[in-house]
Amino acid sequence: MRAFATAAEMFPRRSGTGGAVRRIVAASTEIRVRRGVAALSLFLLFWYVAVSLKGWLGIDVPWVGRLPSPGSVFAAWLGLIGDPGYWQSAYLSFMRVMIGFLAAMLVGIPVGLAAAINRYFYDVFYPSFEILRPIPPLAWVPLSLIFWPTQEMSIASVTFLGAFYTIVINVISGARSIDVRLIRAAQSMGATRWHLFWKVVLPATLPSIVTGAAVGMGITWEVVVAAEMISTGGHAGGGGLGFFIWNSYVGGSLQQIVVGMISIGIAGYVSSALIRLLGHALMPWLRLR
Amino acid sequence: MRAFAEPRDAPDALRRGALAIRRVSKVYDPNGGRIVAVDDCSLDIAPGEISMIVGPSGCGKTTLLNAVAGFHSISAGEIRLDGELLCGPGKLKAASGADRVVVFQNGALFPWKTLIENVAYGPVVQRRMRRQEALDKARHLMERAGLGLVVDKYPGEVSSGMARRAEIVRALINEPRLLLLDEPYRAMDALTKSVMHEALLKLYDETRVTIFFITHDLEEAIFLGSRIYVMTTRPCRVKKIVDVALPRPRDYRALSSESFRALLAETKQAVQEEAQKAFEVGERELA
Repeated sequence: MRAFATAAEMFPRRSGTGGAVRRIVAASTEIRVRRGVAALSLFLLFWYVAVSLKGWLGIDVPWVGRLPSPGSVFAAWLGLIGDPGYWQSAYLSFMRVMIGFLAAMLVGIPVGLAAAINRYFYDVFYPSFEILRPIPPLAWVPLSLIFWPTQEMSIASVTFLGAFYTIVINVISGARSIDVRLIRAAQSMGATRWHLFWKVVLPATLPSIVTGAAVGMGITWEVVVAAEMISTGGHAGGGGLGFFIWNSYVGGSLQQIVVGMISIGIAGYVSSALIRLLGHALMPWLRLR
Repeated sequence: MRAFAEPRDAPDALRRGALAIRRVSKVYDPNGGRIVAVDDCSLDIAPGEISMIVGPSGCGKTTLLNAVAGFHSISAGEIRLDGELLCGPGKLKAASGADRVVVFQNGALFPWKTLIENVAYGPVVQRRMRRQEALDKARHLMERAGLGLVVDKYPGEVSSGMARRAEIVRALINEPRLLLLDEPYRAMDALTKSVMHEALLKLYDETRVTIFFITHDLEEAIFLGSRIYVMTTRPCRVKKIVDVALPRPRDYRALSSESFRALLAETKQAVQEEAQKAFEVGERELA
């Protein structure tokens, strides 16, 4: 008996979403996925060689040579897989990302649409927005620590800022680039302003919303980890993967630092990929091009 | 079911869409550049006819269409549809409405809706029909227009010819008094175009809807039109009216008839003069 079922056996042909899932799984055997796996393997190989050169030939590769070897990182990871503390850190970071991200979507989409549609709102809103936007979210950490009653809220608010700007910018540019003929066609068929907004502006902006969300999600992960590092600063604090990395640094475990970094990379990749999948499901018309 | 009614009762049942454009002017940027797009232009479009508006690029034909559709204001004059004032002194911009549906250059189907959802859009937003009822009617009309196999496709999946045909059905489902077409077949190759022309004529023969059709393709104008309005170069006015007495229903054989050639020569001469003038002035085209 084979150890693995094929994609077709696991996901028998069905209509609707079942079919979509099946196609995605079937795609995992495709050449492009194999290419990606090959590239990742090559990356690991370079890492391994760069680290091992000192032992083999006495060559000290600058910077990369100081890294722990991939094997030792993997071993450290295996050791952590049974450790609830590691999962707790990942969970905490994930929750903060989600709260900040969802809040940014909830506020950013309506604000962006309003700015794109209403000239007065845009004129009032945009100058302050443009001045605040270049301030890195991390520059808000000290103020937010003072401002919010709990550390959790400070981190969430900084995370929120990370995604907020990107989402708003994308929504504005998306809603502004709507083909005027679509609006006029709808008007000439008797659409009210209400209909125009929900049935034309919103679906036409959806691709930009999804792009903004995917990019914003990546930034949220960047910000949450840095915020955790700064705000907890080494003493027992709010936890999370940022704290995990900092703690590993203080404890002198190079392997665990790298484990923490890779965990963030994977988590960020998976969350952005989920957003793109959701985008595909929401926008079937873009798949068919 | 009024749109696509049986041919025998259609002509009388749908004799509406008399468009009267009276001394209309349109000046863009009145305080600055003062571009006079349309100047003291009057024309009458008879109900149930296909009126072809022909003129050099940028002559202000589309400006006129935008005024009728209610996308832009006029500067002076008035426009009436079946006697009702659309715009005039005191109300320079008409309200857009489903009695004057526009089909655009390059098409404007909603890419996120399937073709059938696109066609059903009008009656649903106007709350004239429930969604299911509108979809049933849309399916019926699309089948009659030869779109039965692509009802559930997205616009991005079908040829431009199919898309444009669906767009005309999307307009006709609203039973408009006036169908406004702005160079709908401009970007198409000659063969697709001739197929589109025959399909449009078939829809027209079934509905006898009044059509206001902008083009600068003279063969298209004569083959489709009941009457051709040759417009001057900017500012836009009527230069010449050509009655097309070719019998209906028409098919591609009309293109090689003697009377077709004579009409082409007559129209060509009028248009050529204006095109030459437009070229010499060398102004940038107005959007």
